[in-house]
Amino acid sequence: MSVKVYIPIDAAALSVGAQDVADAIAARGGNDVQIIRNGSRGMLYLEPLVEVETPQGRVAYGPVTADDVDSLFDAGFLTGADHALGHGLTEEIDYFARQERLTFARVGVIDPLDLADYEAHGGLAGLKAALNMSPDDIVQTVLDSGLRGRGGAGFPTGIKWKTALAQDNAQKYMCANADEGDSGTFADRMLMEGDPFALIEGMIIGARAIGATVGYAYIRSEYPHAIKTMRRAIHIMESAGWLGDNIKGSGTDFHLIIRVGAGAYICGEESSMLESIEGKRGQVKVKPPIPAISGLFDKPTIVNNVLTLGSVPYILANGAKAYADYGQGRSLGTQPFQLAGDVARGGLIEKAFGVSLRELIEDFGGGTYSGKSVKAIQAGGPLGGYVAPHDFDVAMGYESLAEAGSMIGHGGIVVYNETTDMAKMARYAMEFCELESCGKCTPCRIGSVRGKETLDKIIAGDNVAANIDVLEDLCDLMEEASLCAMGGLTPMPVRTAMKNFPDEFAGPNAKQAAE
Amino acid sequence: MVTLLNTIEDQAARRICADYGDAPDALLEILHGVQHLHGYLPETALRTVAHTLNITRADVHGVATFYHDFKLKKQAAQTLKICRAEACQAVGANELIAAAEKAFKVKIDEGGLTVGLEAMYCLGNCALGPAVLVDDRLYGRVDIEKLKSISAKHAKKAGGRS
Ligand SMILES: Cc1cc2nc3c(=O)[nH]c(=O)nc-3n(C[C@H](O)[C@H](O)[C@H](O)COP(=O)(O)O)c2cc1C
Ligand code: SF4
Ligand code: FES
Repeated sequence: MSVKVYIPIDAAALSVGAQDVADAIAARGGNDVQIIRNGSRGMLYLEPLVEVETPQGRVAYGPVTADDVDSLFDAGFLTGADHALGHGLTEEIDYFARQERLTFARVGVIDPLDLADYEAHGGLAGLKAALNMSPDDIVQTVLDSGLRGRGGAGFPTGIKWKTALAQDNAQKYMCANADEGDSGTFADRMLMEGDPFALIEGMIIGARAIGATVGYAYIRSEYPHAIKTMRRAIHIMESAGWLGDNIKGSGTDFHLIIRVGAGAYICGEESSMLESIEGKRGQVKVKPPIPAISGLFDKPTIVNNVLTLGSVPYILANGAKAYADYGQGRSLGTQPFQLAGDVARGGLIEKAFGVSLRELIEDFGGGTYSGKSVKAIQAGGPLGGYVAPHDFDVAMGYESLAEAGSMIGHGGIVVYNETTDMAKMARYAMEFCELESCGKCTPCRIGSVRGKETLDKIIAGDNVAANIDVLEDLCDLMEEASLCAMGGLTPMPVRTAMKNFPDEFAGPNAKQAAE
Repeated sequence: MVTLLNTIEDQAARRICADYGDAPDALLEILHGVQHLHGYLPETALRTVAHTLNITRADVHGVATFYHDFKLKKQAAQTLKICRAEACQAVGANELIAAAEKAFKVKIDEGGLTVGLEAMYCLGNCALGPAVLVDDRLYGRVDIEKLKSISAKHAKKAGGRS
């Protein structure tokens, strides 16, 4: 009997050599091993993480290189034997055991494209329940779960769906936003590569709820691996009758099409994304009308983030309360946090809202990868604020983090070490806005250029006090007069960097004096 | 006039349009297809696409210039796409880019003959940065030595194919 060995096919695992490891294990193991390519468990610092199935459970080894494979065999890893790279049972590794995995329950566990395995691990249960429910009941369940959008804005998903359901229109659309442009985030990618059926299942449930017959998944072109996996997953679901006309005799029709982005951050903004799906420039549109009333091709359209949709099957399968029992206040359920940057143990951590930032950075993250001390973190992507260590005790929730000057956004947390130049990071925020502005409104298009120039002057020590005033004015203007959050939130990283690290914006002379 | 139009038509671009039912909303997919084939978007192909989809050349041009992915000029034989977004900056992406500019004797985002460097803004590998993408293959924890060997490996593969 051959032993099951799990080797991830997730892009991050492949990026550090998982394919070479798989080849080496196949070559040495021959018929003794049955290799299964799973998603990543999310402990990216241990990738490539190889797991061996034993009667006690799956035993983990990592990070494994192709050169380690012989010594693993020699040590008897096929029976779960000890080895310098061994971590014991995967599910008992502290990093993993402390998580609450609802949305990511199957990621890293199953072969992402094995529909039978998906079903054996709880997949399709939510959809089967939904196919026996009325659209109103589905929407009510999502409302009661407290689920809020995981794409950044945190809008209650049930309310959005209710609006779309109320529209009397023969053609509606259900779209997944898989543009995941925020630096420091990769949860959408991991879900699409590790459990693509979950996203598709969530979309079908949403489509039935609002009455959409066609859907699009807009995936960024920077994710070639996820695109490939999603294409294959859609094909498998079609062949199995879970996509198409009259799904399993329910009367629900749903056709899913993939659209690939083309390297524009702004296309993550929903109106811009819809323009892009129509084959146009990704320019932001003025609201109202909101997409739920008039969106893609002027029809009622729901746009939800991959993680939002990926959470829906759990809610339908287990009930609204099971989900809402996690979290606190108005931040219910779980959030897949993503720990990145200069961090010793980077990865995906799904936890109920309310976990402290410090627990994520210190207990999970284990400090920096470089060994230097932590200077700041940036939460919520390029438009999110910098948080200094004295504020790390903040609870991770939509409202609480906003009070601390940052935001949950898509759940990314980037760690910076003591050598980081915060004035340069502020300048980068403006530069990024300049690069990615859709150009529709002046405060963002021109303001970002002026902001960058002004920061250059401050960094050079040119008329520092006066230029700080100019920068503050610019930030006010961008916040108040930008059409969307690109221009409207770019001041957030700039201002939080200035507020937390004022010395670094005092010009080179003051900096030298301080040293 | 008709013969002239026919001679300047890009047959491959027309076929790609047909694959998408000549639907104007598939323009991004079509441009991706054309670029995959030619390595960039030649003027003739853009004209063919506009003509086939029955949209203006200005529309096609507008889209081709809005998105960072689309290139209107011929690219280097190999492009190393290096992430320079925040999480990779936190682990030395800017230093990697500076070293790469020196090693490959080419400025980032400024073309190149054999090797070109392109700045990317997150490749979804932020816990294992600096991240690099080459021919749709993702790499993590890349330093300059690793980048050189990645470049050599892909050059060899490309050479083997043609
Ligand atoms: C500049 C900008 C970029 C955005 N990028 C993304 C993105 O990459 N992915 C995403 O899901 N939402 C993104 N959003 C938020 C979307 O506009 C929208 O709120 C979201 O997709 C709705 O889905 P949700 O309610 O499930 O979060 C972005 C918004 C802005 C203003
Ligand atoms: S704020 Fe910037 S990105 Fe948003 S609509 Fe205005 S110009 Fe476009
Ligand atoms: S920031 Fe470089 S891969 Fe995400």
